[in-house]
Amino acid sequence: MTTKIFIPRDSSAIGLGANLVADAFTRVVQSNNADVQIVRNGSRGLIWMEPLVEVETETGRQGYANVTSNDVDSLFKTMFAGASDHHEKSVGPVEEIPYLKNQERLCFARNGITDPTSIEDYLGNDGYRGLKVALSLDAKSIVEIVTQSGLRGRGGAAFPTGIKWNTVLNCPSDQKYIVCNADEGDSGTFSDRMTIEGDPFALIEGMTIAALAVGATKGYVYLRSEYPHAEEVFTEALLIARAHGYLGENVCGSKRSFDIELRRAAGAYICGEETSMLESLEGKRGLVRPKPPLPAISGLFGQPTVVNNVVTLSSIPFILANGASAYKDYGMGRSMGTLPIQLAGNIKRGGLVEKAFGVTLNELLYDFGGGSASGKPIRTLQIGGPLGAYIPESQFDLKLDYETFSAAGAMIGHGGIVVFDQTVNMASMARFAMEFCAIESCGKCTPCRLSLIHI
Amino acid sequence: MVSTNQEAVISAALEKHSSTEGALLPILHEIQDALGYIPSDSIDVIGKGINRSRAEVHGVVSFYHHFRTHKPGRHIIQVCRSEACQAVGAVEVIEKLKRTLGIDFHESTLDGQITLEPIYCLGHCACGPALMVNGEPRAKMTPDHVDNLVNELRTKNHDD
Ligand SMILES: Cc1cc2nc3c(=O)[nH]c(=O)nc-3n(C[C@H](O)[C@H](O)[C@H](O)COP(=O)(O)O)c2cc1C
Ligand code: SF4
Ligand code: FES
Repeated sequence: MTTKIFIPRDSSAIGLGANLVADAFTRVVQSNNADVQIVRNGSRGLIWMEPLVEVETETGRQGYANVTSNDVDSLFKTMFAGASDHHEKSVGPVEEIPYLKNQERLCFARNGITDPTSIEDYLGNDGYRGLKVALSLDAKSIVEIVTQSGLRGRGGAAFPTGIKWNTVLNCPSDQKYIVCNADEGDSGTFSDRMTIEGDPFALIEGMTIAALAVGATKGYVYLRSEYPHAEEVFTEALLIARAHGYLGENVCGSKRSFDIELRRAAGAYICGEETSMLESLEGKRGLVRPKPPLPAISGLFGQPTVVNNVVTLSSIPFILANGASAYKDYGMGRSMGTLPIQLAGNIKRGGLVEKAFGVTLNELLYDFGGGSASGKPIRTLQIGGPLGAYIPESQFDLKLDYETFSAAGAMIGHGGIVVFDQTVNMASMARFAMEFCAIESCGKCTPCRLSLIHI
Repeated sequence: MVSTNQEAVISAALEKHSSTEGALLPILHEIQDALGYIPSDSIDVIGKGINRSRAEVHGVVSFYHHFRTHKPGRHIIQVCRSEACQAVGAVEVIEKLKRTLGIDFHESTLDGQITLEPIYCLGHCACGPALMVNGEPRAKMTPDHVDNLVNELRTKNHDD
């Protein structure tokens, strides 16, 4: 029987050597004539273990962490040639690793498990169950389920998704759009990148459901130019989805038409702001538009437009497949469901942690993150991106909840946490923030509000 | 010779996006992907091709950091300057890069082979300092890795 070996194609894993490991494995498999299939999966999000190589066994997938090409010969022997079972890089059954086991993975349920561009893998792991439900409902009922789920925008502003969709649904127009914001500009955030590289069909499915809900026929994904690997995976996934009838003139035989176009951004931070992004999609400079009108009413090319973040949209398939309350049962207060949190910067176990709202910063930093990478005490963290806040250690007991954070003068934003140890020079971080805002201002207001925030 | 190629690239880009809505960014990307930059004498042609003024096209090219107006070196190093990478030593890596290459950001080495550009987050914030060499990521960079990387690129140049 063919044995599968999994080596992530996630770009962070590649940055840590995954392609070299895959090449070495291909060579050793060929020279041994072994019955092995090498699968390039997405990343589990345990970036601190990447490249994390997994082998399928009778007792589940066994992992080997931080593998280099030099390990491959001995690893291959451990896996197949009956060498002693233990290898120094072994981390045991992957699903039992506490970092992974203690998460609540709804949005990231498939990441690292599947081959991102295999539609068979997607279908075999609950994929397109949400769309099937959506196709059996009228538009109003889909919007109602999303509203009931309590899902709020994960791009930063935390606006209720169902309410936004309802506005677009109620705007009569022949042409409506779904625009996915994949500009992910904040330092410390990579959940959009990991979704697109690791589970692109989830985003495609989420956008298709959004289209059915509001009556849109065309979608755009505005993807930052700093993500060439995500672009490659998503381009491939779009072709496959079209070839299998999940996009196009007649989505799943429903006579409904929806297609998605991938658009590459061009390195302007302000284009993450939704109206600036719409200007950019129209081929202009990314100057922020005055609101009102809301994009929901007059958005792309003046038409009613849903603008949602990648993670917002890829949370939708779970909600439709499992029902509003299955999602809403997670979380606290008015922050319902889960958030894919990204642990970044000076942290020992950096990576993606999807947890229900209500988890504390302390739990994230120490139980998951294992403290700083340098071993020195953590002094502060930045959350909510450059427009967010630095939070001192005295506030690390804050629970992740939109309202708790705003009461403390902070914001969760896109859920990226950048950790700094005691050697951080706050004056130079402030200088950097000023410089960044000066570079990234769209130049419409004088003086730019962005930099005023930091003065 | 170069300009014929340039003309061909530009007309192919215009042709390809003749029915794309809001086509300017996709056209500029096609051109930069092929030529490495947006030549200043292409602005007019692009404008005519999509019925926009020269000033408008120029305004777009200059607004977006991604678009270059000068030909880059054969190898492009894009190094992350953002906070998560700074928290684990990006400043040292960047200084080492500048010193080793003898250039500042947006410059190319004297032999015209290597260009250094700043970038604001590559999404490798859990394994910084990060950079991209000709589109390929390198994570957990250290000043020592910089020596290896630059040697690697210089050897490549010798080889061909
Ligand atoms: C300066 C600025 C930058 C932003 N950058 C992003 C971004 O990179 N990605 C994103 O999804 N939203 C970003 N937003 C928020 C968007 O304007 C918008 O609220 C969001 O895309 C809506 O989607 P959601 O409701 O699903 O979050 C930014 C907002 C501002 C003001
Ligand atoms: S000038 Fe600055 S504050 Fe004003 S819209 Fe542009 S980026 Fe925002
Ligand atoms: S901050 Fe450097 S890759 Fe994100």
